Amino acid sequence: MRNGWLSLPTRRLVLLAGAGFSLTPHAVASPAEMDEVIRNLIGEATIKRGKVMLELPPIVENGNVVPLTVSVDSPMSEANHVTAIHIFNEKNPQPYVATFNLGPRAGRAGVSTRIRLADSQRVVAIARLNDGSFWSDSADVIVTLAACAEG
Amino acid sequence: MNVLVLAATAAIATAAAAAEISPEDRRSGYDFAGAETRAMQDDDTANPGMLGVLQGETLWAAKAGAADKSCADCHGDARASMKGVAARYPTFEPILGRPLDLEARINRCRGEHQGAAPFAGESADLLALTAFVAYQSRGLPIALPEKPELQPFLDLGGELFHRRQGQLNLSCSQCHDDNWGKRLAGAVIPQGHPTGYPVYRLEWQSLGSLQRRLRNCMIGVRAEPYEYGAPEAVALELYLMVRARGLLIETPGVRP
Amino acid sequence: MARVLINLPAQAKRGEIIEIKTLIAHPMETGYRLGRTGVVFPRDIINGFVCTYNGEQVFRAELFPAIAANPFIAFFTVATESGEIAFSWTDDRGETQTEVRQITVE
Repeated sequence: MRNGWLSLPTRRLVLLAGAGFSLTPHAVASPAEMDEVIRNLIGEATIKRGKVMLELPPIVENGNVVPLTVSVDSPMSEANHVTAIHIFNEKNPQPYVATFNLGPRAGRAGVSTRIRLADSQRVVAIARLNDGSFWSDSADVIVTLAACAEG
Repeated sequence: MNVLVLAATAAIATAAAAAEISPEDRRSGYDFAGAETRAMQDDDTANPGMLGVLQGETLWAAKAGAADKSCADCHGDARASMKGVAARYPTFEPILGRPLDLEARINRCRGEHQGAAPFAGESADLLALTAFVAYQSRGLPIALPEKPELQPFLDLGGELFHRRQGQLNLSCSQCHDDNWGKRLAGAVIPQGHPTGYPVYRLEWQSLGSLQRRLRNCMIGVRAEPYEYGAPEAVALELYLMVRARGLLIETPGVRP
Repeated sequence: MARVLINLPAQAKRGEIIEIKTLIAHPMETGYRLGRTGVVFPRDIINGFVCTYNGEQVFRAELFPAIAANPFIAFFTVATESGEIAFSWTDDRGETQTEVRQITVE
């Protein structure tokens, strides 16, 4: 039985416990879970590397608010465009981050947002094109903890 | 662990008074934040603290209390009347015989002139209104006027800033005067100038006051934090603002 | 009504790709935080965002607890014609907030 609580890095566990906040037990996903939801998304298709660019800071000052930008090299024409971009992560309590639905009216396949990362981990972006193909990029992020917090 | 080493080396140097940062070295916490954090602050269309400023703008015009008056009814256009205000707070209130910070002043106005109940400490509305008022001083240098009646409170603030406290037995000065720019675990130590308050702290995912930030610091050294509004808290705010003289107001700042 | 900050050009040339930035005040409670008494703060997030241009959907987002508080979403759309660009955020309770902006396209 996997005890998610204990697999958190000690420093974060101490800080979280001190704050009076803790994550619910088993509240850590795994790379395997992320792979599974990705497989559910793409079915029998294979994912090709390329076209997608996922931008995240390599070292994050605070995992609570992490700026993320994902863009896909696509003309976004009727004949050739991105229909969706999915963002996944490895070590948050659950693997989903966001799904963006686009189309030719976007003009450019690019989205920026701010996400939460519970720990240093890999983040994956998968784009689906109108021809049914999947393309992806990933980023490895180191998450540091803020000094002197409520806990 | 970094902090224990810091405490040990600091213990050796107890006799030496912590040196004040020289004027040419003084820098806002903005300079110590990461590129993405700074980018978040720089873009008014994406700075999450601006949500608070907008909320404050609405509150400024809202009628309140038994007198059914808004801030605007007495103070008119905040862009004119509130310009420079945050840059010279805390100020001395003669009726009470002590300094008030901006949050306390706003609540005092609410009671005395609007006949309304004070906003709860650290409430979203109080932070929003304070942020809106402080925003009118953005870009202006911090410049508290020298007033003899403030001196005893300033002295107390200075003493508290240099006093060792908490289980880690560290003073504010040891980190923020002596070791700024170095790292405490993964985080860079800033100089501790209150240039962006109320600040959007990423750790809080919301706006928060200087007093809240100071409480975080004290918890960081495992000291019992001052209660909100405590005389020690206001004295420390006063000292920090005088210590930051000349640095520009950045409200709403974004910090990790 | 949550406080909202929307940024898009008031005017654009026909066919120009414009960037739209949106920010909405919301705590995005994950459902994973435990309070001091050990009781979990229930999940309460904005889970959907839709942008329509004169009634036609041009962008949609499905959001999960991993999106930071005060959700920020920036995206692009082609300025096709003058009219109304509408933004709708929907939360876990099923409540929707809609904001509308005008755009003039030459």
